[in-house]
Amino acid sequence: MFESLQERLQEAFKRLRGKGKLTESDVNEALREVRLALLEADVNFRVVKSFVNRVKERAIGQEVLETLNPAQMVIKIVYEELVALMGGENVGLNMADRPPTIIMLCGLQGAGKTTHAAKLALKLKKEGKKPLLVAADVYRPAAIKQLEVLGSQVGVPVYSEGDQVSPVDIAARAVEHAAQERRDVIIVDTAGRLTIDDELMAELQQIKERLKPHDTLLVLDAMIGQDAVTTAEHFHGKLGIDGVILTKLDGDTRGGAALSVREVTGRPIKFVGVGEKLDALEPFHPDRMASRILGMGDVLTLIEKAQEQVDRKQAEEMAKKMLKAQFDFEDFLEQLRALQRMGPLQDILKMLPGVGAQLKDINVDEKELKHVEAIILSMTPKERRNPDIINVRRRERIARGSGRPIAEVHRLIKQFEQARKMMKQLGGMEKMMKRGKMPRLPGGGFGGLFGRR
Amino acid sequence: MAFFDRLKAGLQKTKEALIGQVNTVMSVFRKIDDELFDELEEALILGDVGVTTSTRLVEELRRRARQRGLKNGNELLPLLKELVAERLGDGIAPLNLNEGGLTVILVVGVNGVGKTTTIGKLARHLQEDRGLKVILAAADTFRAAAIDQLKVWGERAGAEVVAGPEGSDPAAVAFDGVKVARERGADVLIVDTAGRLHNKAHLMDELGKIARVLGREVPGAPHETLLVLDATTGQNALQQTKLFRETVPVTGIALTKLDGTAKGGVVVAITDTEQVPVKFIGVGERLDDLQPFDPKQFAEALFAE
Repeated sequence: MFESLQERLQEAFKRLRGKGKLTESDVNEALREVRLALLEADVNFRVVKSFVNRVKERAIGQEVLETLNPAQMVIKIVYEELVALMGGENVGLNMADRPPTIIMLCGLQGAGKTTHAAKLALKLKKEGKKPLLVAADVYRPAAIKQLEVLGSQVGVPVYSEGDQVSPVDIAARAVEHAAQERRDVIIVDTAGRLTIDDELMAELQQIKERLKPHDTLLVLDAMIGQDAVTTAEHFHGKLGIDGVILTKLDGDTRGGAALSVREVTGRPIKFVGVGEKLDALEPFHPDRMASRILGMGDVLTLIEKAQEQVDRKQAEEMAKKMLKAQFDFEDFLEQLRALQRMGPLQDILKMLPGVGAQLKDINVDEKELKHVEAIILSMTPKERRNPDIINVRRRERIARGSGRPIAEVHRLIKQFEQARKMMKQLGGMEKMMKRGKMPRLPGGGFGGLFGRR
Repeated sequence: MAFFDRLKAGLQKTKEALIGQVNTVMSVFRKIDDELFDELEEALILGDVGVTTSTRLVEELRRRARQRGLKNGNELLPLLKELVAERLGDGIAPLNLNEGGLTVILVVGVNGVGKTTTIGKLARHLQEDRGLKVILAAADTFRAAAIDQLKVWGERAGAEVVAGPEGSDPAAVAFDGVKVARERGADVLIVDTAGRLHNKAHLMDELGKIARVLGREVPGAPHETLLVLDATTGQNALQQTKLFRETVPVTGIALTKLDGTAKGGVVVAITDTEQVPVKFIGVGERLDDLQPFDPKQFAEALFAE
């Protein structure tokens, strides 16, 4: 009963795809499924209504129903409307023309403000900025301590005055402090509050008036239901927000909030939080998100992640080696480590087209990667470079050294040989592709259509 | 009826949001037709009851309206109330206590739902209202300053807190909790755990380990496993309930943040499909803002004029 949004939508489209010609009622039926899928994903009721109407209007037009592949046209329209719904393209932080840039975070209790203040600080620091975190949550027990701990973890100073001072004054003095210390971005963490709490909302307004932040960001839990719209509308109405950080997107939520907030506030989602580690913050790309929702994978993000971890030159060299089947265990180990640095394997696999929905019940065991690493590390450098010399006695030694059963060593070496063979074939295929013979990728459909955008 | 009044006050927003819409539908004198049923379904969906359960409720409403030969639109509301109340179970579901021995309560949930706050309130309730001696175990050793947060709540509620260093094994803290609770002759041990997303297998395994250690130290423990759900959460709360139940024996739900604009309607779906009773609701940030969940009063306050 509880399939993912992806699965539901693909199911809806599958029925369309089998047909050569579409009637209006075919489209209506598919859109009824789309409507249900979106509602179950917690997209706001009214947003769903207008979204489905927009798609219907375009899909039932003559030019669609009479095209050669009407089903793909309908999917394309859904994709385009999804992208439009989420705001079209990525929007970054508003930076001040003259530093310091002031960023203020606000939101309901438990949305993840403190954690994301630290994540944002780390990101800015990596970009060469000198951020300052400001602890203006004086209400939640130990919130200041939490920010201080996180600040030291990311190596960013935290300005605090304890919990007996008005947050408005703390924030104002933090700006002076930043000037003295030459910090160029100020990130203000505020207490979580309900939008109907007039007193606390007034306090936020005061902070905003005093600081005149360049970017006021609403931090929103991706698992939020229909209330997403009320919350976003209220924060925007009373405070005026510039953007949204959507958190906890690494859960299995279908992220309906992502589809609703932009529509009702006109403000973009700027970042998404995708994990508990402090570098698990990604810029939000509506087009990529739409691809993920429709099960088309997110190869672009995957490539970017890989680029962060692998040196380009090194990668090219590696690719050459792989295609010539000169790939050895040293290379393998290096790749294994780069892969681990990219984040949980499960998240990475999900970005591949067609893999997401199939993977939902499979748990990738990160420990297995560690075991593989242990086995390789128990080989001598010579063995790693010349896997062919690893005979039975060597295997026994490797098994003892790594503390893994010998069967596991056999399996790894066998898999390695198979992988090498496959790469050799891939090398052949690459030549073929250069001659213009594109082999059809399995599970295509979506890929073929959108790859050419 | 101080409790009822306070419950009602806390639920006022919930009522206005959910019932405001229902009442608009009902207030006008109308005939019973498809459009009216559609509007009712819409109101339920907007209250986070979810498509599946809303559809089922409205189908049942149609059936009963036909059975009873209802003609006027305004007769539907009392009937819908009845249906929702039915779905929420009958009577107050009590906390499972280990009479004559140490009761262990394990508190679990995803990040940011209000576990630590709920524990503070629950500790006060057990100590002051029921005269039980409570010890708290800070087994959220992951989130920065979570231990300090629990200590503040422990102080407010007057309960001793057992803690290890940040980053230590949470199962070990739970173990120490049992030991200290026994030494102090406490009646109840409440174990706080780190927030974890239910789809992270390794974190769920860790939780399973905590429960196993508790069960090994105290027969039948945890006697109560409370899943804390945030009322602003949408349909994902169903999935949370389902997956937490696969790892630990969830015996009750604490629904928090009901004092906001969120409608919390997802509990109707949860009690309907997962058969886990809601035992407490959180309606504010004060120490006494935790109320036992009474399905009838909840439904009544929800639908009260």
